[in-house]
Amino acid sequence: MLDLSKYQSIGAALKDALDQFSKEVCLMEADREREKERLTYHDFKERAHPLAKALQEKAFSAGDRASIIMTNQSKWLITAYAIFYAGGVLVPLDYKLTPEEQWQLLKHSGAKVLITEYPIWRQLSTAAGRDMATNVSTVLVTEAPQKADLAGAQRWEEFHGSGEPAFIPRTRNDVACIVYSSGTGGRPKGCLMTHENYLEQCVALTSTYPFAPGVRYLSILPTNHAIDFMVGFFGPFICGAAVVHLRTLRPEYVREAFAKYKITYVSVVPLVLKNLQKGLQARFDELSSGKRKVFNALVGLNRALTKSRPRIGLSRRLLRQVHDPFGGQLRTIIVGGAFTEPQTLQFFYDLGIPVANGYGLTEAGTAITVNDLKPFRADTVGKPLPGMEVRIVNAGSDGIGEVSVRSKTVMSGYLNEPELTAEAIVGGWLQTGDLGRLDPAGHLQLFGRKKNMIVTEEGKNIYPEDIESVFESLPVKEFCIFAANYIWPQRSMIGEQLLLALHLEPGQTYTDDLRREISARNSKLLNYKRIHGVVLFDQDFPRTASMKIKRNALAEQLAKLDRAAAFLPL
Amino acid sequence: MRTLEQTTQEVLDLASKHFNVPPGSLAPEDDFFKKLGIDSLQTLEMLSRLENHFGIELPDYEVQGVSDFRTLASRIQSRL
Repeated sequence: MLDLSKYQSIGAALKDALDQFSKEVCLMEADREREKERLTYHDFKERAHPLAKALQEKAFSAGDRASIIMTNQSKWLITAYAIFYAGGVLVPLDYKLTPEEQWQLLKHSGAKVLITEYPIWRQLSTAAGRDMATNVSTVLVTEAPQKADLAGAQRWEEFHGSGEPAFIPRTRNDVACIVYSSGTGGRPKGCLMTHENYLEQCVALTSTYPFAPGVRYLSILPTNHAIDFMVGFFGPFICGAAVVHLRTLRPEYVREAFAKYKITYVSVVPLVLKNLQKGLQARFDELSSGKRKVFNALVGLNRALTKSRPRIGLSRRLLRQVHDPFGGQLRTIIVGGAFTEPQTLQFFYDLGIPVANGYGLTEAGTAITVNDLKPFRADTVGKPLPGMEVRIVNAGSDGIGEVSVRSKTVMSGYLNEPELTAEAIVGGWLQTGDLGRLDPAGHLQLFGRKKNMIVTEEGKNIYPEDIESVFESLPVKEFCIFAANYIWPQRSMIGEQLLLALHLEPGQTYTDDLRREISARNSKLLNYKRIHGVVLFDQDFPRTASMKIKRNALAEQLAKLDRAAAFLPL
Repeated sequence: MRTLEQTTQEVLDLASKHFNVPPGSLAPEDDFFKKLGIDSLQTLEMLSRLENHFGIELPDYEVQGVSDFRTLASRIQSRL
C-alpha cells in the first residue's frame, strides 16, 4: 500500500499506484457468463491517458467539473482517473435518478463535461432540462451502436488526444468530488469532498480492512455511492488489488461471480444481505434431519471457536459447504447504506462470514464507525475509525442524543449552500441528525433519527421535500410529506415510512376517488420513494410570513394524534 | 412472431405463476412493485425468468425505472 501521508491528491496517489503495480490486474469486467475485459494497472493507464489528454485539448483544466453517470464498469474508473489526472473535480451522479433529476443536478454542479452510457444518454438527450444545463458543453457516450444518433454527443471510445497529458497537481484542501447526498426535488445538497477527505478515509478504512495485490473486490453498490468509490476504486487501487465489475446484477450472476473470481470483499446494502440470508436458510432447511443436526453442531462449534475473533481459515474448513459457493476466499462482507438488523449480522458471523457493519454519511466521507470484529458484536455499528471523534450531543438520562462527528474526512460544506452548511457543521462538528449512544466499550449504538428523512433497506436516503412535487395541485386544501418516525419518534432504525399529511377543504371527505388519485401520483415515483399512508389533519398548517409550511411546528401538532389510529395505509 | 398483446399476456401469466398469485389477478397497467409487494431484487429474479421464457437478453438498463407490466412487455417485444 502506498503511504498516503505523502500525497496531496487522489490523482497523485493513483498516478504512482499505476506505476508501482503496473503488472498486477486491476479490473475484471463480466457480462453474464462472459468475461469482457481484464486490465492490468499498465493497461488502465494506457486507456486513461489519451482520455485525459483529449479533455485537456477541450480546455478542461484545474477545478473544472466533469460528471459521470454510468453503471459500474471499467470505463467508470478509467474516466474518473482521467478527470483527476487533468486536475478536475468529479461529480458522480446516480444512474438510477430520472433524466430530469440528472439534468437538475448537472446544472447545479456546474459540470462542463458529462460522461455517460448510450442507453442513459438516449433518455437524457430528449429529456426536459437539457436546455437548462447550458454549462454541459461536452458529452461523451460509451458503447453507442454504430449507426446511433448521438444527439450532439461524442463517442467515448474515439475521444483520444495525442501525446502525453500534463498531470495537474492539486492540494489536499482542493475539492476532489461533489457528491449529492439528496435534494433532487428541493435544495440539492452537493457535498464538497476534498482530496484530504478521501486520503484520510482511505487510511482509516484500509487499517481495518486491508487490500493488497491478489485481493479481489466485487463492485455491486453503485460507484457513485461513497462506499463503492472508496472500497471499489480508491482503496484497492492504492494497494494494487483488483476490482470485479458485473454488467448484469441478476442474483444468479452475482452468486456465480463469487466462485468464478475468488472474491475477497464485497459491499452490499442490507436488502441484498437479507436476500442472501434467505437463500442460505432455504438451503439449510432442505437438509435431511440427520445432516441438519451435524450442520447445526458445526455452526455451534464455529460460534464457540470464533467468539473472541474471526478465524476465517478454521471456519472455511468447518463449514466448507457454506464457504465453497462463495469461492473460498471471501474474507468479509461489507454492509452499508442503511441500518442492518442484528440477527442478520449474527447469522453470517455464526457461519464464519464476518459482516463489516458500520455507520456513515456522505457528509462524513463514508464511514464513521466500523465493527472491528474484536470481538464481533451484532448489537452495535462498531467503534469510531482511527481519526474520527464521535460525541453524543444533548444526551438524555439514557445516554441517547444526537451523534456528532469531527474528523479530517468531514466535507468542507454543501455547494452554494452556506446556510445548510452552517446548520450541518457547527464549530467543526458535523451534526448527523441520527440518535445514538456510546457504550462503555466505545461502540456506537443507533436509536432512530432526529431528522425528517428515511433510509430504505436499499440504502436510499429519501427526503420528504424531494418528492412533494408529484402531489402538486392535489385537490385538497394543503398537504405536506413527513417521515412517520419524525412525527412519532421511535427508537428504531428499521421499517421507516413516509406519510402524506392532508388538510381537506371545508366539507370535503377522504373518498376512494381521492385515495386513488394519491395512489396514481404515488406510482409515478420510483418504488423506493413512495409514501406509505395518509394522515388527515383538520386545521390550517402553520406557515411562515412567506407562506412556507413550518414543518417542525406542523410535526409537533400532528404528533398529538394517535399514530395507530391516524395513519391510513394507501 | 408474437403480438404485443400476446407478449403482455405471457408476462402476466409468468409473473402470476412466479409469485404465486391467482391467474387473471394481474392487469397490464398494474405496478408490479405494489401489486406483488416485491422489492428490486425480486424484480431482477422475475426478469431472469422472463429472459429464459422468451429466449432473449434484457440488459438491466432497459428495465431501469419500469414498474408496470405493459411497459415491461413492450421492452421485451422490442427484443423478440
